[in-house]
Amino acid sequence: MGRLFAIEVVYRGIFQKTLARNITRAIVLAAHHEGKPGISFGRYGDSPERNGIPAKAFAIVATDDITLEEGMAKYEPKEVDISISVDDTLCKGVESWAWYGLQPINRLTKPNGTLIVTSREEPARLIEMAHRKDTPYNLAVLKGTVSFSGLWVFKDDHTDVRLLGAIAKFLPELFSIESVKKTIMEEWKNPVKAASAQKTYDHITSVAVKPGQGNPEKPYEFVLPKWYEMGEGITIPAIAQGHTMKDAQTAQTGGYQPARNPTFKKFTTRTMRPVVNFDTCIKCTLCWLQCPDSCFDVTPEGLYDANMEACCGCGVCEAVCPVKDCVTMVNEVAFKDNSSQWEAWRKDKTTYNTWLEQKIAKKEDRSHGFRFRGQYEEQLPAALASASGND
Amino acid sequence: MAIAAMEIKGTDRTELITGSEAIAIACQLADVDVITGYPIRPYDTVMQYIAKLVSNGDFDCEYIIAEGEHSQFEVVKHASAVGARVFTGSSGVGWMYAMECLTVTPALRIPMVAMVGNRALDDPGAFGVEHNDALTVRDLGWQLVWVDTAQEALDTALIAYRVAEDRRIFLPCAISCDGAFLTHSQGLVKIPTKEQVETFLPRYDRGNLLLHPDNPITIAPQANEDWLMEIRRQTAAAMERSQAVIREAYKDFEKIFHRSYGNPFFEEYMTDDADVVLVGMGTLSTPVKVAIREMRQHGKKVGFVRVRWFRPFAAEELAKSLGRFKAVGVIDRDFSLGSPYLSGVLATEVRTALYPTAKRPPVIGFICGLGGREVLLADVHKMSDSIFQAAEGKSQPLTQWIGVRE
Repeated sequence: MGRLFAIEVVYRGIFQKTLARNITRAIVLAAHHEGKPGISFGRYGDSPERNGIPAKAFAIVATDDITLEEGMAKYEPKEVDISISVDDTLCKGVESWAWYGLQPINRLTKPNGTLIVTSREEPARLIEMAHRKDTPYNLAVLKGTVSFSGLWVFKDDHTDVRLLGAIAKFLPELFSIESVKKTIMEEWKNPVKAASAQKTYDHITSVAVKPGQGNPEKPYEFVLPKWYEMGEGITIPAIAQGHTMKDAQTAQTGGYQPARNPTFKKFTTRTMRPVVNFDTCIKCTLCWLQCPDSCFDVTPEGLYDANMEACCGCGVCEAVCPVKDCVTMVNEVAFKDNSSQWEAWRKDKTTYNTWLEQKIAKKEDRSHGFRFRGQYEEQLPAALASASGND
Repeated sequence: MAIAAMEIKGTDRTELITGSEAIAIACQLADVDVITGYPIRPYDTVMQYIAKLVSNGDFDCEYIIAEGEHSQFEVVKHASAVGARVFTGSSGVGWMYAMECLTVTPALRIPMVAMVGNRALDDPGAFGVEHNDALTVRDLGWQLVWVDTAQEALDTALIAYRVAEDRRIFLPCAISCDGAFLTHSQGLVKIPTKEQVETFLPRYDRGNLLLHPDNPITIAPQANEDWLMEIRRQTAAAMERSQAVIREAYKDFEKIFHRSYGNPFFEEYMTDDADVVLVGMGTLSTPVKVAIREMRQHGKKVGFVRVRWFRPFAAEELAKSLGRFKAVGVIDRDFSLGSPYLSGVLATEVRTALYPTAKRPPVIGFICGLGGREVLLADVHKMSDSIFQAAEGKSQPLTQWIGVRE
């Protein structure tokens, strides 16, 4: 048997679907330049994609057809040479439509394989976000904002070809940078893109991640029931009614916390989360009313605490809040846990408010969602400058 | 027509009614809650009789005329989900137009009872009987039964409710009545009493599957490959239990109504000493039985097996029975173009049933009586001659079209 190569691209549904497909297609085409057969596909179970839902695309390449068949016999590869995450918030894990529970971003990465993340963050922060692995792997950061390249009219920021350059660097057995450039000229007929790939190839580096490093949490798991354990007639019980909340400081009870689906969580669905200023909240109820996911818990004193089990990060609460900076959407990368903001505020208001100020100070650093029309175009020059500079 | 004057309570009485009327009366006796209809021949006869019962004040039910068969079957599906006993039905391409609802009903475990007035599928627009309409759902989890007489239609409708609504089953059941031969011809039928029916038929209790504000559930969410196989396995398990529940129902039926159908799954006629047998479904039994009596006068020992329950298919029992004979001829009032040996549907099923057994007589398939064409006594003689030849080891075509102009 020859050598089998597998690369996965983890992306956000719809926004990055074309980007992911362009990358996996170009991987196969570049490898084909060196006589290797391959296939490129997206996970069918991820369809129909929804905005922002974590999804995966794959490129499987082999040194010969028989070996490729070995790879194709498993619909989804069980391990990959390179994992690519084109949205750094996905380093917290992948909760796809295609499975249940949360998969660490590096779950499929082979021992000593490479995880490439497009991010503005430093490797140390991304390592913290990713779950611990029993085997060592390498982390490479491709500097840049989250790319929407290929989404309808959004302009090309070269993320696709820069990743191809990075793959040529970390997995030279798969293809050379020359094959990458040849493919780029055939597919895009753009020498600037070929130059971007070359630049990344020349400059990108990786850091070694040791088995002990990373998020120590056990990823959220869900065991699928056996056929005779499931409700007959395709019935599922409704979510139970909610209950009152209790203030740990005053023992006051009241408010309302909805019961939530015990199976389906939204931890990594979101790319940003609301940060609430409880001192300026006027209790107008608008965030609570408008939230499409009933994510707000109503506290005993009538405040609204966004529950991170249920928030998908859509930003409606921020949009409807009439008070300046009372609800602010902040990049998910800025958070290390999913604990209650209200409880932190009740415990120590000064500490909480300092934390809040820090979080909302850099609010333009968000991975998804636009604050105004033309924002992407404004950000594009910086992105391109980053692409043509040192990675 | 004596339906309007019929007393619901009282002792057994005999009426001269069609198979469709018999089913309408079964609905009345079973106190069906919601009935939907959309006219198409020959099923529309049952609509007319139900309408008459309702308008005469003899039958209290929600009787809804839909704007097409698709809605017709959807409405009763939902009514059944909220706990109503339901009845509906169709014929030919009307049944096909409801196909989407027919496919979802078994998986949702809806004990819908439907009457299929068997009719040829268009084109051409023909009214007469073919079994292809009901047979289209044979793989989907519908229980399918073919009846022969108006009496059997009435009794089987009651049994269908008993089986379909059994908590172990909760699968729909379609009662096939041959167009014209059964739907439009009157015979003498014993009408049981309401008390008998109430003793036989418990109330429909949907239990924890009931769609009701006091039992908040979601029905039929989207579920992909992680769930679908388990859902199919559940439906399959219900169908696997169906044979035993049908047997129980026929036993209780005999106790309460004092009428016996013997083996619930198939009726045997003059098989005890038979050398060869014919197998078929529905009303073609009459010419077959008469022809058999004629042949026996000439010393030809032919028997007949009339299959009642096509789903569940009593394969082991039927194979055991058919293994006794030197040759088997299966008469299909249907076609399955391009199927193995170009046979009809029943012939293929019979061959499949026999395959794992030690005694496998030759099986000859006959396509006969399509579009309501009469199955002539001469046709039955011809088919019997062929299976006698097969019994003697003489090669016969495995599928023969009988009664076609050629």
